[in-house]
Amino acid sequence: MTSYLNVNGRQHAVEADPATPLLYVLRGELGLNGAKYGCGLGQCGACTVMVDGKAVFSCLMPVRALAGRAITTIEGLGDVTTPNPVQQAFQEVQAAQCGYCIAGMIMRAQSLLETNAAPSDEEIRVHMQPNLCRCGTHSRILRAVRSASDKLSLKGSPAGTK
Amino acid sequence: MNIGRRHVQTLLSGLAVSALCGGLFAAWYVYEPALDRISRPERSAFDMGTVKKGEQLATVGDCIVCHTAGNGPPFAGSRPLPTPFGTLYSTNITPDERTGIGNWSQEAFARALKQGVSRDGSHLYPALPYEHFTHVTDDDIRSLYAFLMTRQAVVADVPENKLLPGLGFRPLLAGWKMLFLHRGGFAPLAGKTEAWNRGKYLVDGLAHCGGCHTPRNIAGGEKRGSEFAGGLAEGWIAPPLDRSNPSAGRWTEASLFAYLKNADNGSHGIAGGPMGPVAEGLSKLDDADVSAIALYIASVMGREGATPDDGPAIDNAQSASTKHPEGADLFRGACAACHEPGSAMSQQGRLPLSALTSVRMADPANAASAVMMGIPAPSGGGNLMPSFSSAMSESQVADLLQYVRARFTNGSPWKDTEGAASSARPEDER
Repeated sequence: MTSYLNVNGRQHAVEADPATPLLYVLRGELGLNGAKYGCGLGQCGACTVMVDGKAVFSCLMPVRALAGRAITTIEGLGDVTTPNPVQQAFQEVQAAQCGYCIAGMIMRAQSLLETNAAPSDEEIRVHMQPNLCRCGTHSRILRAVRSASDKLSLKGSPAGTK
Repeated sequence: MNIGRRHVQTLLSGLAVSALCGGLFAAWYVYEPALDRISRPERSAFDMGTVKKGEQLATVGDCIVCHTAGNGPPFAGSRPLPTPFGTLYSTNITPDERTGIGNWSQEAFARALKQGVSRDGSHLYPALPYEHFTHVTDDDIRSLYAFLMTRQAVVADVPENKLLPGLGFRPLLAGWKMLFLHRGGFAPLAGKTEAWNRGKYLVDGLAHCGGCHTPRNIAGGEKRGSEFAGGLAEGWIAPPLDRSNPSAGRWTEASLFAYLKNADNGSHGIAGGPMGPVAEGLSKLDDADVSAIALYIASVMGREGATPDDGPAIDNAQSASTKHPEGADLFRGACAACHEPGSAMSQQGRLPLSALTSVRMADPANAASAVMMGIPAPSGGGNLMPSFSSAMSESQVADLLQYVRARFTNGSPWKDTEGAASSARPEDER
């Protein structure tokens, strides 16, 4: 059975069983390897992507629930030469140690800044809570989100996508 | 004509006199004097043993849950309490003299708990469960006072309540109390053990279990004669604690004890929704008191001395996926990693969905709440079960719930699962 997914603004026909979680389709069929498999149980956030602007765990997101919805992965934000403001802030603050959680962290931060460009530190902490980093760079990650927010709210523009 | 007029005059003056008498009676009934301010008692004025006892009792009463805002300082109030009559904000019960209860005497504190009257003489809303606290002994109230007066004083003003028009007029509450506040101490039942009576004293009094687990009437009073028949709490159904509990067969004194003490014991689902913080509070209570509560509740449920007799797990996988193919796909993609028989979580001694009260009960509200809001970890750090409110539409959650109901129970299909999903949507996403 063919399903149609809108990923980063492009329409894709995918053949996976409609019960398949999005993560496996992104990585296996579409070659988008940014989102990572961490726990497969919605407990760590390494697989976080955005669906209709909201952060979701792609490991628990059945393809069947995605018809007509806009999926954004980290590949849709920017790339090495033209990072988006959130990616850039994570680079500047050197928020990654091993980096496995970072794509998920950036996607969760992006979903916050798209609806609230100038969150308080408390709002950032609460919003980022579902995503875990085993290396322990949480404080740098929070600093990166703060820094991205400060730049974006200074410019008064919403968190840009590519 | 003349006679008629005289009659009217008599009637009018009669009415005026009775209105005046009624008014005077009402004014007398409503009136409560302000009690004098005291200066905040020194910590040294309280004996440590009394303070420690008060700490245990405050744990039974779970004062901290309502009187602490999300991430706020303990007991400093401001937590919004949604009710059918509007939103109340809990008060600051730290010993700050201006914004808390620092200048309340013990007499004022006891009157607030047992009669629902503030130090300044104004009536308190029954969100403070004085219907229950009226049964608490004076000695226990003295200990609670000692505990609260020795907490960290926090300066914190509380927001104004947002109630339906007219309900901000507190003298009305005197009428409410006349109808629903049944004053009186606790009388132990002869022929019952000391532990049973202790359990009843705690359950009916400080623990105020009936506050959620007893249905309320249209004026918000607990229905007499329907004690523990099940009620509502913050959009969740507080299941019946009497014989009509849908999982009665699973409950024993031992499993009730483990559930209340540890929130999760492998013989029952975990404490979810507003029961989560209650179980977290009870984890700090002396085992003897938790046992007494478990014993009393078991007896209300008709399970005193019982052993589990629940029957085998139900799994109608085939017929459920024929009936609800979309729900079956959603379940495989979103839920199976934890809830499919044989999944990693079910290998850890967690129960199949067919054992859960939320799946067995005739109303889908709790199952919908768990899916839409997730189940927060008791420590407040993250979720045990994630929320699916951004992952699926309400109609998809509705179909998923129908599938779960058909697969894991032999009960009749749920009605209006989409409505249940919509009501369970977290407030900040509406």
